[in-house]
Amino acid sequence: MRLRSGVFASSCLLVEALGVALFLRGFFPLPVRSLPRSEARREPPAEPAPPGSGTVSNWTKIPPPLFKKVVLVLIDALRDDFVFGPKGKQFMPYTTQVVEKGTSHSFIAEAKPPTVTMPRIKALMTGSIPGFIDIIVNLNSPALLEDNLIWQAKTAGKRIIFYGDDTWVKLFPKHFVEYDGTTSFFVSDFTEVDDNVTRHLDRVLKREDWDILILHYLGLDHIGHVTGPNSILVGPKLREMDNILKKIHISLLSKEGGAAPPNLLVVCGDHGMSETGSHGGSSEEEVHTPLLFISSAFEKRNGPFSQPKVVQQTDLATTLAVGLGLPISKNSVGNLILPIVGGKTMREQLRFLHLNGFQLSRLLQENTPAYEKDPGYEHFKIAEKSHGNWIKLYLDGNNSEVLLNLGKKVLKQYLKALKTLSSSLSKQVAQYDMYSMMVGTVIVLEVLFLLLLITPKALSRRAEFEVPLSPPLFSLLFYLTCLTLCAVHVIVCTSAEGLCYFCSMSWWTAAAVMVLISALMCGILSAVGKILQNSRPPVKNPVVSNSSWSEVDILILAGTVGHVLSLGASSFIEEEHQTWYFLINTLCLALCQELCRNHFLLKEGDSQHSITLKQNFDNVKETYECKNIDITAPDDSKLGKVTATDEFLKGSDKWISLASPWIILICCRLLRSLNQTGVQWAHRPDFGHWLTSSEHKSELSFLAAISLVMIFILVQRKCSLVSKIAMALGLLGVYSYRAAIGNIVFPWQHDSKDISKGITEARFVYVFVLGIVFTGTKDLLKSQVISADCGVRSTGLWEVYSGLVLLAALLLRPHNLPVLVFCLLIQTMMTKYIWRPLKFDAAQITIMHYWFGQAFFYFQGNSNGIATVDVSAGFVGLDSYVEIPAIFLTAFATYAGPLLWAIHLLCYLSSEVSRNSSAMGHGCFCYALVRSVPVAVYIILVTGLRYHLFIWSVFSPKLLYEGMHVLITAGVCLFFTAMDQNRSRRGQD
Amino acid sequence: MSEAGVRRLCAANLLRGCSVLLAATAPRFFLDGFSVLGTPLTWLCACSVSVSALSVVLNAALGPSPPPRRGSLAHKVGFLKCCMYFLMSFGRAFLSLNTFLFAVLLSTFTTLQCLCVLGPNIQAWIRVFSKNGAMSIWDNNLQITTVCSVLGAWFGAFPIPLDWDRPWQVWPISCSLGATFGYLAGLIIAPLWIHWNRKQLTYKSR
Repeated sequence: MRLRSGVFASSCLLVEALGVALFLRGFFPLPVRSLPRSEARREPPAEPAPPGSGTVSNWTKIPPPLFKKVVLVLIDALRDDFVFGPKGKQFMPYTTQVVEKGTSHSFIAEAKPPTVTMPRIKALMTGSIPGFIDIIVNLNSPALLEDNLIWQAKTAGKRIIFYGDDTWVKLFPKHFVEYDGTTSFFVSDFTEVDDNVTRHLDRVLKREDWDILILHYLGLDHIGHVTGPNSILVGPKLREMDNILKKIHISLLSKEGGAAPPNLLVVCGDHGMSETGSHGGSSEEEVHTPLLFISSAFEKRNGPFSQPKVVQQTDLATTLAVGLGLPISKNSVGNLILPIVGGKTMREQLRFLHLNGFQLSRLLQENTPAYEKDPGYEHFKIAEKSHGNWIKLYLDGNNSEVLLNLGKKVLKQYLKALKTLSSSLSKQVAQYDMYSMMVGTVIVLEVLFLLLLITPKALSRRAEFEVPLSPPLFSLLFYLTCLTLCAVHVIVCTSAEGLCYFCSMSWWTAAAVMVLISALMCGILSAVGKILQNSRPPVKNPVVSNSSWSEVDILILAGTVGHVLSLGASSFIEEEHQTWYFLINTLCLALCQELCRNHFLLKEGDSQHSITLKQNFDNVKETYECKNIDITAPDDSKLGKVTATDEFLKGSDKWISLASPWIILICCRLLRSLNQTGVQWAHRPDFGHWLTSSEHKSELSFLAAISLVMIFILVQRKCSLVSKIAMALGLLGVYSYRAAIGNIVFPWQHDSKDISKGITEARFVYVFVLGIVFTGTKDLLKSQVISADCGVRSTGLWEVYSGLVLLAALLLRPHNLPVLVFCLLIQTMMTKYIWRPLKFDAAQITIMHYWFGQAFFYFQGNSNGIATVDVSAGFVGLDSYVEIPAIFLTAFATYAGPLLWAIHLLCYLSSEVSRNSSAMGHGCFCYALVRSVPVAVYIILVTGLRYHLFIWSVFSPKLLYEGMHVLITAGVCLFFTAMDQNRSRRGQD
Repeated sequence: MSEAGVRRLCAANLLRGCSVLLAATAPRFFLDGFSVLGTPLTWLCACSVSVSALSVVLNAALGPSPPPRRGSLAHKVGFLKCCMYFLMSFGRAFLSLNTFLFAVLLSTFTTLQCLCVLGPNIQAWIRVFSKNGAMSIWDNNLQITTVCSVLGAWFGAFPIPLDWDRPWQVWPISCSLGATFGYLAGLIIAPLWIHWNRKQLTYKSR
């Protein structure tokens, strides 16, 4: 069967996407760690028995609750400095006063990444650390099956009321006696989400029929997402929160009295927000949240206020369980926060710590076979023993200072044991499904090898090669491999103790995957065999002349290899944008050198060269004329080309061409200062922040208007009249959309009071996007059906491209519009002044496009952390959250840079008439190759580094990005192939 | 190409290398607390000054080509041109002192050497920095040291994003160190390379 390079590359990428998906599924297993809940009701442990027989402690029950009512106020994205910093002092006076002088304990709770709401709620309520995959299932949260605080409270007969984010209602269905969930998906709603919570407050606070009240306020998070932590909207929101806290606190105080235990008010945040206002990553601003316990049970603070201690977010579940007299959740890895129970007697404190330690050591027993050697477990056993001794002394009636001091010693031992236990447990949370990961890796690697082996053939002039299907498919080897793999599968799956995704798939699917693997392997083997066969007689062409490698080739190769190698270091992943900026800068310099050589040096050499050429031609002509064969036509065209390039080099174009790399470098420098990303230097002030701050709205509006005009000028030159008009109207629509949602202002509009969701405007733009894309597709179809000239097709492609540009202009934030402008500008300059005169081949141009695409991915403010994904793009023009379009729009907005460059590559390659028809196939193949190399290497690296300290904060998000990028690249390659198909068909006609 | 020429080149390169090393060590005797990593800016100044001074002196003393006999006016114009080129090669470095000093250092290693050898003659520059354009061992030496310095500076940028928190990782120290090491390496490589290829090197004059 003959296959073209493009077809081959796209099918390879599709298979690779399958492999990556399998790997991801194995790498991020769904957390199914807990035993069934019925088993969770175990008897609580008794106090450790004092040594010696006879005396046994009689305290076997769980201690009684310390607090009567508990109000948990969760403020989404409440960062620690919003309470403890200058903002807190300014906007939250009541809370600050309580923190500094009142009866309260304040801490900084450290959240584990991913700092996204649902995993954080799970962590707060179960005390366990949810897996990274929770981000992906974040959007449709299923009920929480693990043992958790809410369930324990409900089982103990507590009445719980909840108001706020409806994630809770989904996580804990039927747990609340009364609830009102508000949806969190409409990000630009700042007030209604919170009013929906507060409107119940007065009524509930008057009532007595509840034990736990949970309030989840979303407004602050929304403000952060849309305008950032330094916006003027944050202050009033914090003040509103302060008033609510004051109201609750006063009402709780008024209810106290009598013999009943006091009430407790807990204020916390689920995660912080970064300097850009988003969250998900692991920077300090995102993980540090305040945690306040306010109750009259505590002693009044006196003395100067010191910086709060740092605790883990998971500690809240344990502490609340103890405070409410509930059993500690089975999977919790949290430690009891001791100051909260500091007012109790020494015996009670030790009892609480013992309960916590016992639960943690049991969790350790269930998860590690060699638990007895764990230092935490050893510490705990020692502490338990001395606790027993202490109890013996206590029961003997010894009540002196000695007892107290001894008790303090035991307390310290317990705390140390708890700390070690929970840290060794936190390490174990990551459980990998190695078998699925291996299968995925094998598929990806096989695809990569196949691509690499086939490269010389695929990049040959015809871009076609023979794929012998039948010999490998009917060989004995194939069947043997199939059988072996199936046997291995059966053995692995029967011996593994559950928890394997690939095993849980149906047998037919698994068998199909095995067949695929063995087929790929046979393909590789036959390719290797062919290469060996061919390489036996090649004495006549000794290693295709090394001198043909130009500097640009070497740079491209070295850059690709260097980038792939850099993926092994976590800092290079965090700062991957620097790698790309560095590479494209170097590329520009190399291009500049190439241009200089082309313009200055070849001029002298060229004249000689062309003279000799002409002489040659003349000679040829003469000889042919002797033979009376008319060959003037091809001759003239060849000569014409030579003179055309000569002509091109003259005049002002020459200087523009020489200057273009420098202009591109300047553009890149400007873009770099637009968005600071990464981790180390992300906090540096950048132009984007300056623009988005509310004082500079008019500057932003001006910039957006200029950018939109520039986009129109740059895009319209190749469009038909209809799409020109549509484009102009669409860009106007983009401006009015941004003005409607209040990002920018019209010049005649002075007060930006009326902020709407801008649905009409956005849909207006969508209509034009669809219209332009439709026109383009129509042209493409026309060129295919009636096989018109090449011009129609390239116009069609350009129209599709401009439709995508319009969509990107709508979805990107207004301060990112210059990115789009510079993208178009650089593409235009590159095409006109660099690629055309220098006559690079398709492979080089493809890789340059890929590099620029990657750089633009980071120019638009993305990074390798989850936090920079702009979720708000998914809500443009949508009334409520609709899953499919939201995901599509978000993915498009995130990958706008690489996508636009890839489509531009397609436009460029198809518009070059002079290129031979295989250019498109070469481009597609190179694009697939250059994408699958980093993915394959990265997968292996991640497998090797899976116990690395930064695996969850650095490597995993990058893995998700890579997986997504493979999927998108597969889509692009399919589009390439479809276009290529047209062309070849036309060629055959 | 004569043996004597090669020997002169070796001597010149040795002197240049010594000046770089001297710039890294000598200021310790005059300045308290001087070290390359501790006070990088001082080192950058010292290094650039010593290397450029030496280059000018060397050029005057054992100039590879006899000084052009021109009128004093042409001489002055040429000198001004040289200064202009040298300043131009600093590029956009006026934004911060760090970057400026790094630019000075790199220009000393590259542009200044070229100016000394080739003078303000664009065509000669383009000729030297193209394939097979060298017309003497001095040109070859120039090619190799310049390329090595630039490559050294390029490679010097690699460790900047790593989170090792080392003092030499800070911009522009690692790049300056890279450029310096590259330059030193170039000074060593150039005579060796010329020696190695002395059979193939046949310079045709235009």
